[in-house]
Amino acid sequence: MSWEWDVIIEHFPRLLQGAILTLELVLFSGFAGLMLAVPLALMRVSSKPWIQALPFAYIFFFRGTPLLIQIFLVYYGSSQFEFIKNSALWPILREPYWCAIITFALHTAAYIAELLRGAIQSIPKGEIEAAKALGMSYPMMLRRIILPRAFGIMMPAYGNEVILMLKGSALASTITLLDLTGMARTIIARTYTPLEIFLAAGVIYLIISALLILLFRFLEKRFNRHQHWPNEKPKDLDPQHIEN
Amino acid sequence: MGFKKLMTAAALIAATLSAPAIAGDKIRIATEGAYAPFNMINADGELAGFDVDIAKALCEEMKADCKIVAQDWDGIIPGLKARKYDAIIASLSITPERSRVVSFTDHYYSNSLTFVTGKETSFDPKMVEGKVIGAQRATIAGQYLEDNLGDKATVKLYDTQDNAYIDLASGRLDAILSDKLPAYDWLQSKEGQAFEFRGEKIDIDDKIAIAVRKPDSELKEKFNKALKAIIDNGTYEKINAKYFPFSIY
Repeated sequence: MSWEWDVIIEHFPRLLQGAILTLELVLFSGFAGLMLAVPLALMRVSSKPWIQALPFAYIFFFRGTPLLIQIFLVYYGSSQFEFIKNSALWPILREPYWCAIITFALHTAAYIAELLRGAIQSIPKGEIEAAKALGMSYPMMLRRIILPRAFGIMMPAYGNEVILMLKGSALASTITLLDLTGMARTIIARTYTPLEIFLAAGVIYLIISALLILLFRFLEKRFNRHQHWPNEKPKDLDPQHIEN
Repeated sequence: MGFKKLMTAAALIAATLSAPAIAGDKIRIATEGAYAPFNMINADGELAGFDVDIAKALCEEMKADCKIVAQDWDGIIPGLKARKYDAIIASLSITPERSRVVSFTDHYYSNSLTFVTGKETSFDPKMVEGKVIGAQRATIAGQYLEDNLGDKATVKLYDTQDNAYIDLASGRLDAILSDKLPAYDWLQSKEGQAFEFRGEKIDIDDKIAIAVRKPDSELKEKFNKALKAIIDNGTYEKINAKYFPFSIY
């Protein structure tokens, strides 16, 4: 078995090009997914069953079906209907790039919404009661207490979800996109050196994961900085820390 | 298991047991199963097509015990190298790159490339500026597009030929560059009615052969001998006529 380093060196720039597309897909879909997840999670924690029903069905569908099937449904499915092809949506849906971002965003939103729901429900009751006692309105409570606290609580699990999406994004290669995996497969189709090229692609995925882990460690510290006494002085009195 | 299936299985076992003792070695042959009419999965869920018929005729000629397996296209050469099977009969073209990693027998048919586009479109193979053209990944057509039209047109590569047809029908592609023979088959089908060949065929001196691992020269010689025999005795011609009204050798 001969190992060809030249192949890796020669094709590395193209792999990096693929990696940039992978990053774009993960970041854009991750951001859109998060935006979508917030209202879904807030509806999910509602005490009224008819408000809960919609996010419940949504989350059930997107968590219960494989991402590959979802991306095929959006990409190949949308082109089967004349009314979609005649609609204003077609310029977007005819592009594999947007199909991938839409699918990934819808998919990850379902998972993030569940994480966020769990986080919201695990905020200590006292903090919500304190906010209410101070006379905060619901929107202000959301902005100042509930969402910042929930983000802090869910941050480790959310980092995990983003890394899962990074690896899930390899499925973009099935709808003709030249992301890191698609690029690797296209190169291998010519060089027949799957071990070398997939190893190089794997290393790039590892590096991106490592960067994401660092980013989320930073975000975790930032959102939960009130807990990291005495490195940072709490601006408000926090009964948990006074005894220290 | 139904009674009929049980009887078939029993008959198969009996046939295997009663096979002449001189029956040759067991040869595992890979094909793709998504490249009609050369290799596809038929209504009964079995592999069929020109490649499969040729493989069966060769095995019969060699008196070998063959097993034909389906393998996804872009893993088909790595699978051969990894000894998952011993030969590839999957409409594999002889190319310099492939010849570096596998050994080819004599060719068993020849192919050319051609553009396929909608009958109503104005697509002109001589003016592809700004057009979106598709092909299957890891094929001669795909490489021809990347090498010759990659800087003028947008090239999109698909995992299977069928997915490229879907996108041609949906309007995402202006045209497909395809091997002529399987495209001929698709144009005869119901889905292919609105499409046609456009422009001159591109002769790329494309010869299709059986691939074996480099060290297996004995197996290669056996295939070559059997191939010559089925061409001489008319078996090849019969199989050819089953799929195309013209000779594809």
